[in-house]
Amino acid sequence: MAVLNYVESERKVEEAIYNKKLLSGEGWLYTIEPGEVLRIVDVEGNQAADTLFYDADHPSDHYSAINTILRQRNIYLSTGSVLIAESGKELVKIIADTCGRHDTIGGACSAQSNTVRYSHDTLPMHNCRDTFMLQMAKFDKRTTKRDLAPNVNFFMNVPVTPAGGLRFDDGVSAPGYYVEMQAINATTVLISNCPQLNNPCNAYNPTPIQLIIWDK
Amino acid sequence: MNNTVSSIITKTIPAGGKWSARIQRGKEITFTALEAGANVSLLLYNADDTAERYNMPDTLKAQYTAFLTKGNVLMTDHGRVLASLVEDTVGWHDTISGYSTRKMIDEKYGKTTYQEHRNEWYRSGEENLMVELFRNGLTTCDLSPVINLFSKVYCDEEGNMNFVEGHSKKGESVTLRTEMDVLLVLSNTPNPLDTRNTYLSTPIEVKIKGAEPVLENDICLKHRDENRRAFENTWEYVMLTKGGIQ
Ligand SMILES: [Zn+2]
Repeated sequence: MAVLNYVESERKVEEAIYNKKLLSGEGWLYTIEPGEVLRIVDVEGNQAADTLFYDADHPSDHYSAINTILRQRNIYLSTGSVLIAESGKELVKIIADTCGRHDTIGGACSAQSNTVRYSHDTLPMHNCRDTFMLQMAKFDKRTTKRDLAPNVNFFMNVPVTPAGGLRFDDGVSAPGYYVEMQAINATTVLISNCPQLNNPCNAYNPTPIQLIIWDK
Repeated sequence: MNNTVSSIITKTIPAGGKWSARIQRGKEITFTALEAGANVSLLLYNADDTAERYNMPDTLKAQYTAFLTKGNVLMTDHGRVLASLVEDTVGWHDTISGYSTRKMIDEKYGKTTYQEHRNEWYRSGEENLMVELFRNGLTTCDLSPVINLFSKVYCDEEGNMNFVEGHSKKGESVTLRTEMDVLLVLSNTPNPLDTRNTYLSTPIEVKIKGAEPVLENDICLKHRDENRRAFENTWEYVMLTKGGIQ
């Protein structure tokens, strides 16, 4: 069962090959090779790291939220979850997690969905899907908006009830909590560190995340 | 033959069948299960710009629900309404379980081939959808979460997904009203979480006719403020691209 599955990592930050602070509202696109480990740290707590994954060798094969939850028959991601692409190819596996539960049903915020969820005048506000699109536009001329799929929201809490309710709650995360994943196949990771100011997913206060990579 | 709003088109989608069509704004599409235990996996795109499509997360979070029923609308990734769920005798339609794959069907129900079984071989949602997407100029990168009409899957407190057997009965129906010109793609294949170990797929009737105009007291329009704003976005789009709202 992939929920509230706390596992701490043995890895030492001093031994990392890459270490970057990503401010809220910023994007990050990076390819991790098989065996490499990526840690995402919720530096100040209650932040949402909206993340997409692509088969680095075939970027048209994107992360599939549905295939991933279907395979584990559980909608929350935690230690042990294998994140898979639309084709079924295994991309990364979560190997440590001090938060315990991550969302992949809630999707990324966008200018257009903000107008629906909050009010028409939120259209100009910065949002995750704009960040995704800017990164993709710079990344590979072959990718288009059609390559954007439902993503993972690390550290985000979207409880679903047996009666079918769904809502965005204050996070189950806290300062310093992290999630760590190991690449099974070469995987391009696309992150938007969410700038959302309208809901409690990041406590109305978007904050930085830290991205740390170890080689195998 | 004439083209008045009373014109009705009826299709029967057999067990394992697939279908796709471009359907104009302002139509009612009624799906009727001809046997118990139906499941129809459905994708929807803006017919004029297929890069705009049904977005499961946006649809669910705007309506604070993890399933679909009467009063809900199906939203695009551009904050617009593709179609509204205007009638429903079933009460719960799944949109978090996705479509069945070839691997899944072979492993669960036993391998079948056309060579051996002719048209009785077991079709998968994956292949049905891929063929219809490709036929309409789309590719596998356009695959996205589907709506599984007639199926109920709920999550317990720990997030485990549970398929409810016997959820939909023979004769039950659900009606979608198109709010923009759409490309509809469907596969009449088992839900991936179906707990029965025989390949059960039941024929579906699809009936399409002209819809009444959306009135101020429309159940989908007034379901939530979020729905109204999505309709307003849609109407603006129709004004800009079609020159007005009929
Ligand atoms: Zn966001």
